[in-house]
Amino acid sequence: MVTAVSPFCLVLIMQFLPAFRRMPAHIRGEAIEGYLFIMPWLAGLLVFVVGPIIASFYLSLTDYEVIRPPTFVGLRNFDQLVNDRLFWQALKVSSIYVFTSVPMGLVLSFAVALLMNQRVRFVSLWRTVYYIPTLVPVIASTMLWLWIFNPEFGLLNMLLALVGIDGPLWLGHTRWALPSLILMSLWTVGAPMLIYLAGLQGIPTDLYEAAEIDGAGVWVKFGNVTIPMMTPVIFFNLVINMIASFQIFVQPFIMTEGGPRYATLFYVLYLYQNAFQFFRMGYASALAWVLFAVILVLTIVVFRSSALWVYYEGELRQR
Amino acid sequence: MSRTHRPASVTDGGQIEQGSVAALQGPSGSPHWLASRRRRVLLQKLIIYPILLAGACVMMIPLVWLLSSSLKDSGRIFIFPPQWIPNPWRPENYPAVLEAIPFIRFAWNTVFVTALALLGQLISSSLVAFGFARLRFPGRDLLFLILLATIMIPYQVTLIPTFILFRILGWLDTYAPLIVPYWLGGGAFFIFLLRQFYMRLPLDLDDAGRIDGASTFGIYRHIILPQSRPALGVVAVFSFLNHWNDFFNPLIFLSTTEKYTLALGINLFRGYQVTQWHLLMAASVMVSFPCILLYALAQRYFIQGIVFTGVKQ
Repeated sequence: MVTAVSPFCLVLIMQFLPAFRRMPAHIRGEAIEGYLFIMPWLAGLLVFVVGPIIASFYLSLTDYEVIRPPTFVGLRNFDQLVNDRLFWQALKVSSIYVFTSVPMGLVLSFAVALLMNQRVRFVSLWRTVYYIPTLVPVIASTMLWLWIFNPEFGLLNMLLALVGIDGPLWLGHTRWALPSLILMSLWTVGAPMLIYLAGLQGIPTDLYEAAEIDGAGVWVKFGNVTIPMMTPVIFFNLVINMIASFQIFVQPFIMTEGGPRYATLFYVLYLYQNAFQFFRMGYASALAWVLFAVILVLTIVVFRSSALWVYYEGELRQR
Repeated sequence: MSRTHRPASVTDGGQIEQGSVAALQGPSGSPHWLASRRRRVLLQKLIIYPILLAGACVMMIPLVWLLSSSLKDSGRIFIFPPQWIPNPWRPENYPAVLEAIPFIRFAWNTVFVTALALLGQLISSSLVAFGFARLRFPGRDLLFLILLATIMIPYQVTLIPTFILFRILGWLDTYAPLIVPYWLGGGAFFIFLLRQFYMRLPLDLDDAGRIDGASTFGIYRHIILPQSRPALGVVAVFSFLNHWNDFFNPLIFLSTTEKYTLALGINLFRGYQVTQWHLLMAASVMVSFPCILLYALAQRYFIQGIVFTGVKQ
């Protein structure tokens, strides 16, 4: 670990030492204090981030099963990965989840926030009711939904039976297991909703008044004031939720263990199984790097596209 | 929405409507315009409230079911049609949870880990953020950029080497992996959040402190920290939730049952032959309670945190 980190330190020192020497004493004093203040993070960065990243990259090129020291195998892990049906299945499951639950959640939470922003009475009460599910620890909400989805005695199928519908096996059925988890994810739309609501309340009312003077109706105001002013918030929610959804683990780990027949084999679950159940740490590191690449590409695409659809007030002022 | 309803809607229109009438004394303030606006407001209410209420029911039903299941006896839990109000009432399920798993032990472990990790996160992130926001040193902007980049890195990338590191250090099956990283700036997002907050405090504060002979640490401790209570409250609240709710790290780093945190301990119920749903639900209520209580007590920090992070960039 130390050997992995030291080149990074060397680069940093080489970079800044000359500038450091040339400084007047009081500025140098401030600089030293600056480094002292950020020291905890800097140490953590080297030991828990930079070092592990380098080590992880190396491990992804090795065969490492914990009991023996890692042996270098070049790109064999990645070669194996391309031919691993479960890898593709895991990528598929996670992608379907991200591309359905995130847009659905964002639209739903935006709609609720819009409704709450219409001079509704008892806003803080409504807000609390919608937000409470996100406060329930994930372990508790997972157990609760496991119980709700229980095919025989779960609330969902009991309610369906009351209206004469014979409910599916939910988590126990290959076709229904993933939709069940997507459905469950919608229970926590309160978090993005709260962010939207704060954004909506931050839109200056004079913009609406100006639009009204120009004769704008409800829909015109919505399309030309609300939506443009909200794009930075939508963008924020999109990025945060996309990254978080790709890393979902607890729900499939507890509720389905990836089953039935790998229908809910989420990417991080597969990574966990490889690392901590099959002890294929080299292979798991390769999986982690692919995940990183996927998230990075998606994030870059979203960031690049943001120039087309995200409106920042500052942009106009700068011109 | 015929004319007969108009007087009623005028009276319940309230102050807001009167204000807008006053603002629109011009041609648009005609009775016809008013009527259509009133009608729209009433229509909105007839649509908005039912939708909000329906959504609220969907949100609350699972929670009501959680509470209800936690208070039923083991037989009644399987009854059809679903019984909303438990009969007989079984609050004894709660003490029974304490017998079924070492709940008190797990709770104590969780409090221990959460308190120390939270404390470390508060202290280290506020120090580091101060360095980035208020002091000048070569490489500061580059390092801050690196900090932002680390927020984007998925933790799975560093997970395996970190696990190996802890194994070499002999920290597996101890609480150190759950605490120490947070004393070293773990959770870079909080540093970012605090730095943004500090940046908005006027620099005159620091200068005044320096004139009075305060050291840099004195400025941090006696000027910046007291001014930053709202932001520190946000960090404390979300840090608490993160550590209290954490399942993944305890799962990977702890192996002895007595050392489990609550999140991990509750999972033990699944290991038994037949899942005791009523006890599992009671345990879930108990583990959720502190989080909901925290929201009730510190609601403004939640809202502020959201404004800091999502809205003001």
